[in-house]
Amino acid sequence: MPSIAATPTYRADPPGSLRMVALEDGLVLLFHRPSATTHVVASPVPELLAALDEGPADATTLLGRLAARHDLDDPDAAALAERLEELAAAGLVARL
Amino acid sequence: MRHNLALQVGDVGFRVGSAWRAPIAALRALYAGYPEPAIAEFTVRLEPERPLRRWVRPSIAIAGDYTLPEAAPLALAHGLLAAEMGMNLQMALGHRRHLLLHAAALERDGKALLLSGVSGAGKSTLAALLGERGWRFMGDEFALIDLTDGRAHAFPRAVSLKNESVAVMAREAKPDRFGPELRNTPKGTIRHLRPRGDAIARMREPAPPALLLFPRFGETEAVRLLGSAEVFVRLTQASTNYVALGEPGFAALSRLVRGVPARAIDYSDTKSAIALVERLWRELAA
Repeated sequence: MPSIAATPTYRADPPGSLRMVALEDGLVLLFHRPSATTHVVASPVPELLAALDEGPADATTLLGRLAARHDLDDPDAAALAERLEELAAAGLVARL
Repeated sequence: MRHNLALQVGDVGFRVGSAWRAPIAALRALYAGYPEPAIAEFTVRLEPERPLRRWVRPSIAIAGDYTLPEAAPLALAHGLLAAEMGMNLQMALGHRRHLLLHAAALERDGKALLLSGVSGAGKSTLAALLGERGWRFMGDEFALIDLTDGRAHAFPRAVSLKNESVAVMAREAKPDRFGPELRNTPKGTIRHLRPRGDAIARMREPAPPALLLFPRFGETEAVRLLGSAEVFVRLTQASTNYVALGEPGFAALSRLVRGVPARAIDYSDTKSAIALVERLWRELAA
């Protein structure tokens, strides 16, 4: 019987899977090599993907990593979990 | 096929074959002065829609290396249009050496101006007019962006003038540069215009893009700054081969949007549009 995790864990693709180009208006172009798809993303997506590069994590763990790297105005694990779900739906991270 | 013509347009070689003489004769006259290609990359064939249709109410089907299965046949009187559409189709579906943008391109002082817009935005007319007024015409349909250095390569096919634009350009260019008037085509009245001699002689000279404009006809004059991300998305939609190229296409397009200023321009008449283009070129590309 499959187990249902209360807080899902997410994994980034292997290093080198993404090509990022930062634009001057703050948006970032992403080319996802495994799917050959292009994404236009805004903060905090690039920061989130970078934090996931350290290894698979759930929203709470990832929030800890983000807090260590950035000054977070409003640390909110629930909001972060929503962003992670969006990234999983877009195929940029895998939900384990 | 019975009747053939080989044409070099920019960096691309075409062979056009036809079951009828007339379309090839019209193409040969329109493309007088264009070189013959060493290698024809693409073949276009104008064939009878059905065997008997070569004689009975002749109707042309466009065939070639790449075809659209649902394309409607054209009347023989529109054979020149069929040849032009066939060449466009080969480029749109088959070309992989450059990032292909649906855009007009012009060159001045070694730099390129790109005009991207949907059909009917007026980019062909604008490009044709600029091509008579101090700019080198590089193409009204496709700008070919080099995948390694980002330069725009010319694709100076004959300009496809539609409806009111025919009269506008008849005041600008000598009659011997025009093809026959094609009436009642799916796009209305069409007449082709051969670019000036310098555009043909220098068709193999690329130029780095220096300004990107998105013109829109029929509005009060306005200039709008576009963010790079919006430009990027618009150009992915204006490219026929962005997806097929994969990462090299991404690299070429992201370099273009980061390096080249872009504006959306609205204009209500061609005279003020030309003045607007000249002003923006002075301000942004000089």
